[in-house]
Amino acid sequence: MNKQKLIKFFSYKLIRFIILMIAVAIFSFVLLDLSPIDPVNAYLKGAAVSEAQRQILHQYFGTNVPLTTKIYHWLIDLAQGNLGTSLIYRMPVMDVIIDKFLASIVLMAISWLLSGVLGFLLGVVAGKNKGSWIDKAVKVYCYAIQSAPSFWVGMLILMIFAVYLGLFPIGFGVPIGVKSTDATFMEWASRLVLPTLTLSLVGLAPIAMYTRNELIQVLSSDYVLFAKSRGEKGWDLVKNHGIRNILLPAITLQFLSFSELFGGAVLVEQVFSYPGIGQTAVAAGLQNDVPLFLGIVVFSAVFVFVGNLLADISYYLIDPRIKESEFND
Amino acid sequence: MIKKRKTDDKKQWFLYPANLRTKTLVIIILSALVIVTIFVSGYFMRDIPTSFISANQMPSLEHIFGTDWMGRDMFQRTIAGLGLSIMVGFIASVVSTIISIILGLFSSFNKIADETVAGIIDLFGSIPHILLIILISIMFGGGVFGVIMGVGLTHWTPLARVLRSEVKEIKTKEYIHLAENLGKSKLWVATKHILPLIISQIIVGVILMFPHAIMHEAAITFLGFGLPPHEPAIGVILAESMHYLSSGYWWLAFYPGMSLLIVVLLFDFIGENVEKLLNPETAQE
Repeated sequence: MNKQKLIKFFSYKLIRFIILMIAVAIFSFVLLDLSPIDPVNAYLKGAAVSEAQRQILHQYFGTNVPLTTKIYHWLIDLAQGNLGTSLIYRMPVMDVIIDKFLASIVLMAISWLLSGVLGFLLGVVAGKNKGSWIDKAVKVYCYAIQSAPSFWVGMLILMIFAVYLGLFPIGFGVPIGVKSTDATFMEWASRLVLPTLTLSLVGLAPIAMYTRNELIQVLSSDYVLFAKSRGEKGWDLVKNHGIRNILLPAITLQFLSFSELFGGAVLVEQVFSYPGIGQTAVAAGLQNDVPLFLGIVVFSAVFVFVGNLLADISYYLIDPRIKESEFND
Repeated sequence: MIKKRKTDDKKQWFLYPANLRTKTLVIIILSALVIVTIFVSGYFMRDIPTSFISANQMPSLEHIFGTDWMGRDMFQRTIAGLGLSIMVGFIASVVSTIISIILGLFSSFNKIADETVAGIIDLFGSIPHILLIILISIMFGGGVFGVIMGVGLTHWTPLARVLRSEVKEIKTKEYIHLAENLGKSKLWVATKHILPLIISQIIVGVILMFPHAIMHEAAITFLGFGLPPHEPAIGVILAESMHYLSSGYWWLAFYPGMSLLIVVLLFDFIGENVEKLLNPETAQE
């Protein structure tokens, strides 16, 4: 891989990242500024204060300055990594986000891996046996799960495994009354199983459908016909000609699903009361905690961008067929 | 690559022999009928009687979806909720379609306009969808209006992307150049030469947008944004049933979610079949 091209690739991505972040920051800020939430009221939460004190708070938060000045302040603070103080948690937004994200990243990473591997395997099996009952079963499952709200799937899983079978605790990151730092590994892991299962079951549908369709297309191509006529058959044929061709686009697709992964985590964490970034986002939105919500929006945009970047890297830099072509559009 | 599909048109189908097109049409009409029925009956189902004598009953012949803690019939609540969801989905789809048509046509004007549209699509795609909906619904001050606008203003990106690439292709055609050389305005070219060609794309896009809008509406009301607890929206019903999960009242969550799933599947079904009819490659099969 030549070095100059790499530098060009990454500097292009870096510039794109900066522009996108500024755009997201301004966009979300303006939207929340247009909302009828009064920051001072949100801060006070209905506490009775005199008009003079209210004025002092307005002054302190800088709320009665023009929108352009506000955006300027926000961008400057953002560049310095200062996202303000959360109104719910009364601590810096950055700390809250890092704390909650660490809880979520385990959930998201495991379900991302599981859904990718399981989805790919199911897709390969379904595509190889096109038209058989297993293909039909996978197809029906994928259609159904893609049309089902993911939180409802979570509720069903919760009902079956936690309420009826009683195998797993019903929710929360750690047992009630135990500090999150004191919880044993098993206590913590057993509460992770069901959310992870839900996210994986929901997330494997697109990747399985994609793999299935691609594999069917590859298997109906001329070179597979030729390979068949040479005597290759069964699993070897799929492994040598199918999987090599569809694995990379499938990985790329899986990286591109970071946005849905985040959205799924928001809903699933709500169902299982898992104290992650998604539940925090909902709480911030419902309780008008503007700084925290803004912080999470910007942070999630970074998260999605990283996913897209990894997809691009896997697509442009690993794939031997595209190495030669250019990546700038 | 042209794939040969096995069609057995000669065979007796249902009551009379029909070709694939007729079958597809019948499927579309039947699915649409179900949805319209749900919507209309949901509209008239505003006051659901409460009776505390028959609270928390299992599904039976009298109450096929069971009853909730106030003795309300869950079947009626579900239908009413679905009606509400379909309405929100409908308004949101209309809003989204208008936005994507405007942006798609705007992208035909010149290179800068095209880049701007691409930038806006990128911007909307860079924030997780559910956060974006929350953001916009907060901006409109929450409530039903906030939810409708939140769902409506965020679902246009896939359709706009399709329209943009379609417009790009149409722009290379000769009659467009001819019209430009004849001195026709950009707007004239966009509405007279480009719009008629993307109509079928728009129709399919709208129908396929519907299920997404309904699902997101349910998700956002489930999280507690927008609709007040007494409105029988599907998301609200499911959020309420969360409290009764550990008591074992499974029917409160199972049937409403299942009905939502069926409605979403029906819309998907209609969308795919309409696409089959409108797409010239598959329409003649």
